[in-house]
Amino acid sequence: MNAREEVLARIRAANANAGVGLGGGVRGPGADDDGDIPREYHRGGGPAPGSPPLLDLLRRRLVDYRASVVDAAPGDEPAAIRAALAAASAEHPRGSAEHPPPSADNPPGSAEHSPRSAEYPPDSAGRGGGAVLVPPGLPAGWCPDGVVDGGFTAVELDGFAAVVTGCAAACALTGTIALDGSPDQGRRAITLVPDVHVCVVRADQVVHGVPELLARLDPTRPITLISGPSATSDIEFDRVEGVHGPRTLAVILVTDPTDPTDPTA
Amino acid sequence: MTAAFLGIPAPPGVGQLRGGRPFPAAARDALADSQLRRNLGHATGVIRTKRAAAVGELDDWEQLRLAGEAIKRATMARLDDHLVRLEAEVTARGGTVHWARDAHEANAIVTGLVQATGATELVKVKSMATQEIGLNAALADAGITAHETDLAELIIQLGDDVPSHILVPAIHRNRAEIRELFLREMPGVDPSLTAEPRRLAMAARAHLRRTFLRARVAVSGANFGVAETGSLVVVESEGNGRMCLTLPETLITVMGIEKVVPSWRDLEVFLQLLPRSSTGERMNPYTSTWTGVTPGDGPQAFHLVLLDNGRTAALGDAVGRDALHCIRCSACLNVCPVYERTGGHAYGSVYPGPIGAVLSPQLTGIHSGSDDNASLPYASSLCGACYDVCPVRIDIPSLLVRLRTAHVDAARDRPLPTAEALTMAAAAWVMSSPTRFAAAETASRLGRLAGRATGRLSSLPPPLSAWTSSRDAPRPPEETFRQWWSRTRGGPAHPAGQANPPPPGGFAGPAGSAEPRGSAGPAGPAGSAGPAGSAGPAGSA
Repeated sequence: MNAREEVLARIRAANANAGVGLGGGVRGPGADDDGDIPREYHRGGGPAPGSPPLLDLLRRRLVDYRASVVDAAPGDEPAAIRAALAAASAEHPRGSAEHPPPSADNPPGSAEHSPRSAEYPPDSAGRGGGAVLVPPGLPAGWCPDGVVDGGFTAVELDGFAAVVTGCAAACALTGTIALDGSPDQGRRAITLVPDVHVCVVRADQVVHGVPELLARLDPTRPITLISGPSATSDIEFDRVEGVHGPRTLAVILVTDPTDPTDPTA
Repeated sequence: MTAAFLGIPAPPGVGQLRGGRPFPAAARDALADSQLRRNLGHATGVIRTKRAAAVGELDDWEQLRLAGEAIKRATMARLDDHLVRLEAEVTARGGTVHWARDAHEANAIVTGLVQATGATELVKVKSMATQEIGLNAALADAGITAHETDLAELIIQLGDDVPSHILVPAIHRNRAEIRELFLREMPGVDPSLTAEPRRLAMAARAHLRRTFLRARVAVSGANFGVAETGSLVVVESEGNGRMCLTLPETLITVMGIEKVVPSWRDLEVFLQLLPRSSTGERMNPYTSTWTGVTPGDGPQAFHLVLLDNGRTAALGDAVGRDALHCIRCSACLNVCPVYERTGGHAYGSVYPGPIGAVLSPQLTGIHSGSDDNASLPYASSLCGACYDVCPVRIDIPSLLVRLRTAHVDAARDRPLPTAEALTMAAAAWVMSSPTRFAAAETASRLGRLAGRATGRLSSLPPPLSAWTSSRDAPRPPEETFRQWWSRTRGGPAHPAGQANPPPPGGFAGPAGSAEPRGSAGPAGPAGSAGPAGSAGPAGSA
């Protein structure tokens, strides 16, 4: 018997031995036969997606986990993105101890040293010398200086100072943003390696709880749920923000209370 | 079903599931380490408070727990079907599924897969399954270097240490110790490094950055595997998981077979239960899900290794199988009064604390009464705090009692009875006869001589030393209950309904409840009855 058959046979024998698994109120293999699971927790019924209380909750929860949030009216995304990038650049200037300049230990072209300055012109605002990366489907005009992801290697990605994306959905209760690899979000690596992530969230993408969030996502896509900048609790259970993922998460919440089609109106 | 526990059809698991010593011996060393106890006391105190706050924010927490428990129970009842479905979905989306009967087989599969890529190093996401099977050592034997990338795992690896907690393997180290370790072991570390946790985390970031960017192979565990879609889920905080799951060309995931959940919708329960229970956060910073291979995004070769290693043995026990519901949040460790004092190393297995005490012996089986893991179910006061915090409502105290029963039953059949069995047999003989019991009670009062100074007995001769080696025995009372009863109300001379004096020792409640002294019966001299009862006649015994 091969390993697969043997493990499956052991499971069947174990379930028979324990007196379960042979019909009689037990859920079948399909996901639809779910009747025995008591799902009496909240699965909806909270504030409507995009409603003002929900946006308030999202802002508070994001800030609580050290993300920054600014509101922008539709059409004002480019200015908001520019401002967020400038603020982040001031917080973690490249060439600091955390991004050391080239040295014998750390030759040009190594991960610690940005190849960007040689291969790409500095961005037009001259921010810190690192360029801004954008996914191929970011709406035109949001980040005119951005370099479109063309399948850069990991080392090349490390040369970018920041990345700007949209999102697939957001969950107010937990302060979570979901990315699913759509064209305005790009492949997973681009939102991971650069140190700053600017994420644009539309009000109508904001739902209340985790069940509503997952219901909006397509599980066959690669999904990343992001709740604040990277963090660790590994030293004495103290939460510290900023480990391997982006140390800065800036959220731009696009909402227009004067627009009658906007759910926040 | 006791026979099912030991005489299971499935073979036991192997790997890092037992230590070299029984729990009491290992715990003694841990208890003597005051630094360890300070570190553990601080860290578990912090996380208990955070967890309580995060859980308290949800008014449907109990409903989530009930759903989590029900999903796990239903999943186990059809575990074979769910695994077959998971395999089919992963395969359909470009992944390859492997099955491993035990740790050796899993290690061989992973080693072979890594060798096929030609890589001699890989990056790892923290994973209990790969710790359990001792994967890093197996890879090292094959000349492959595994870089642990979780901060706590890095601390363990740099210090040549062993994990002591499911979630925070270096919980036994404080910030000053970690700083010293980094200064000593981390190449190129900034000598001005301080012990501030943020600075330590930054040092780890700089240290691992190049390793991430050059890695071609990664190994991960999985928190959940969704049968209906073939999606794998890794829940993490630092971004090291995303690095491993996203940047390399080849990803190998080792998942215990009990980690499967039937549907995508089931994640809405567990992604609420897990972060609030483990780190006390509303949501952990990063959760990654992937389904097979996505062209142009992430690893283009994906292997899923499904691991048994004793899980089917546990599944065969009608009660013990509930331990397989564990989602590895570690909340039970953080509330456990035993874990808080001994730390994780004393448990021997990579699964410490209350859940480890029920999971490890079931995964390995208990081969004899002297098996080190046989002592684990006794490493508990049965206070029940673990059950209260368990996000999937595993009744750990009942499982502990069940395993103790199985252990005692197994010892019963041995040709040479244990000291405990002899003691119990002697106790049964004594207690089955009123005369013998009364004589034994009276004899026990001899112990009053030994405990005169402190009121405690802290050192008794063998075999009673087995008790007093780890706790004091109370000094026997000056009067046994039976003597008191016979003196105050049991005697034939006692008129029914007459008020009685309280027993010596002050257990009669507030003084106000006592009847007027003068009404004490003839068998109880008034002088011995009041609050100053210790001056009574029995006091001279």
